[in-house]
Amino acid sequence: MRSEKPLIAGAISMVAVAGLLLVAIPFAQLKDIGPPKGLHPYTTAQQRGRDEYIRQGCLYCHSQQPRDRSQAPDGERGWGRPSVAGDYYYDKPHLLGTMRTGPDLLNIGARQPSVDWHLGHLYQPRAYVPGSIMPGYPFLFDLKDRAEPGERAVALPPGTVPEGKVVVAQPRALDLAAYLVSLDRTYPAIEGGQP
Amino acid sequence: MSTALLLSAFVISLVALAFFIVAMIKGWFDPGARGAEVIFARDEIGRTEDPAANAASRHALQAGADAGAAAPDAAELESRAQADRSTATVTFVFLGCAVAWLVAASLAGVTASIKLHAPDWLGAHEWLGFGRIRTLHLNGVAYGWTPMAGLGVALWLLPRLLKTPLVGANFAILGAIAWNAGLIAGLGAIAVGFSDGMEWLEMPWQVDLLLVAGGALIAIPLVLTIRARRVEHIYVSVWYMGAALFWFPVLFLVGNVPGVHFGVQQAAANWWFGHNVLGLFYTPVALGTIYYFLPKVLGTPVRSYALSMLGFWTLAFFYGQVGAHHLIGGPVPGWLVTLSIVQSMMMIIPVLAFTVNMYLTMKGRMGALLHSPTLRFVAFAGLAYLASSVQGSFEALRGVNTVTHFTHYTVGHAHLGMYAFIAMALFGGIYFIMPRVVGREWPWPRLILAHFWLSAAGIAIYFVALTVGGWLQGTAMLDAARPFMDSVALTLPYLKARSVGGTLMTLGHLAFAAHFAAMVLGLGPTRDGAPVFGRLEARNA
Repeated sequence: MRSEKPLIAGAISMVAVAGLLLVAIPFAQLKDIGPPKGLHPYTTAQQRGRDEYIRQGCLYCHSQQPRDRSQAPDGERGWGRPSVAGDYYYDKPHLLGTMRTGPDLLNIGARQPSVDWHLGHLYQPRAYVPGSIMPGYPFLFDLKDRAEPGERAVALPPGTVPEGKVVVAQPRALDLAAYLVSLDRTYPAIEGGQP
Repeated sequence: MSTALLLSAFVISLVALAFFIVAMIKGWFDPGARGAEVIFARDEIGRTEDPAANAASRHALQAGADAGAAAPDAAELESRAQADRSTATVTFVFLGCAVAWLVAASLAGVTASIKLHAPDWLGAHEWLGFGRIRTLHLNGVAYGWTPMAGLGVALWLLPRLLKTPLVGANFAILGAIAWNAGLIAGLGAIAVGFSDGMEWLEMPWQVDLLLVAGGALIAIPLVLTIRARRVEHIYVSVWYMGAALFWFPVLFLVGNVPGVHFGVQQAAANWWFGHNVLGLFYTPVALGTIYYFLPKVLGTPVRSYALSMLGFWTLAFFYGQVGAHHLIGGPVPGWLVTLSIVQSMMMIIPVLAFTVNMYLTMKGRMGALLHSPTLRFVAFAGLAYLASSVQGSFEALRGVNTVTHFTHYTVGHAHLGMYAFIAMALFGGIYFIMPRVVGREWPWPRLILAHFWLSAAGIAIYFVALTVGGWLQGTAMLDAARPFMDSVALTLPYLKARSVGGTLMTLGHLAFAAHFAAMVLGLGPTRDGAPVFGRLEARNA
């Protein structure tokens, strides 16, 4: 090649075609999809919890996209119906995930609605699920002699906390639990509609 | 609508491809097959070169080739030496940063690996949590080691290929400062929990601006040097590297632009970026590296220059559209996924074009692998490119993807590409380049051998463990009769094996870094002095 012009022309047209197909057209196609009737915006606490989910990198082990029955038995595991584009209307950034080192969480609030369970499980997962390889998040909690008024002491299985101490959830642990409990897309997926 | 979109995408790709293939056959862009010979001076073909080899190996390497009677054109060699001198400082800056990031990112990777089978280890430190340290590892490799090494090799290579000194090297040094400052800020942000929350795009967008500015500054000398070229033909390595340098900022800007992407569409844009940064930045830089060093070490032009053109243009046209295969089975438009699956399979064309070409070039000269450290790394990388790319094509098929998608299998595949292919190609390039930059030989050739085998054994263990473990994990997850925890428990031995493989690779990197430091600081034995061309060969002759 004597001249750099064909190189430049080819490189530009190629990246333009790819961007058109994978970014611009999906943008145009998906931008008018509204939220399904059963989906509510996150509350402030839930949104803060969602930010904490990102801060701790939960998305690297947990997907948020149950698959169709023809592909995987997600429904039989209680993970919910296959998700549709509208289910993510309020999600920014998206947290679809690429790994299932742990289970899918898009409907974790529906199958495990207990805040106490989530708090305890975040503190020490192996106290609840033997053999779990999820990291604990002890730094989201404080170890104290007793809980002050207004603080939330976490009920933990015996042997998890040193004798005479209580585990108190920090606000960000409470936010994270509030977010997890809010994850419930079990409403019918009519408005979402697969594009 | 969807069918029309799909069809038009394929038609556009195929028409464009046909155009470029015809153009190539007709020689519209090219004076002839002599293009492959521009990496040699007149009468230099048949002369092997590997500054990373010791004197005995250099003799053995040359014994396998037949050099002509005439000495290479002295003026051309001198101008190449001039080109090398013009890049010495800037190359050293980039490669020095690359080695530092390599060590840091390796340690982060091993830490993350161990935490996956020992989840309570170092559990009290928030910044060392799996979700953080894994991300630090990825970003350290993706924005530290790989681009610094790749750009360092590119900056050193382009003046050689364009037969002119590098113009505006100081812009690149300034760019490296901005880039590294941005990266330090970005990794610091991730460590304390500021993340944009998307894989490959975690660094806060405010920090991304520094990387964009740095990248633009680094591109200035490359553009200036191409304009000042004194060579009629632009060699294929320059296309790969030049295109990569153009593509990266476009991808990085579109992927990171705040406030535009939403919901599922953001996932599509996320993976458009995530896969293209592999396919349109790291891959072409590594291929450009192989396209130079493999024929240069052997003293033989690449066998078929036409095949190298086919490889380049098919890569350019198919690779950009494969990203949505990361969303197979997800809540995205079906046509998008189908498009990416088809284009993923089409990627077999450029990979085969490259592999056949390299095989034909090396045919009958496999013995050179024993004598040339550079060739050993680079040839390993070429084979890994074939393996990882073909594997990736099949992984995109729905049947295979259903099993492998959410598992460690994908992680194994990613490391086959990023490490066995890209990192190994760059190691090979650095071993060749550094003696020219420092004017001194590598002090301990055995350390190069140790690095190669630690890396090769490490990635082999790593890849086999995660491939087998990931596949079993996937089949367990698909079996509704088995509890989910089965799919976790059965991976443990494979995750431990991965830590072993990762540790071996890290030991190799520590050997490499120590060797690099010793060479730069002038420690260790001095054997033959500077293997600058002409000089040494003349003395040995």
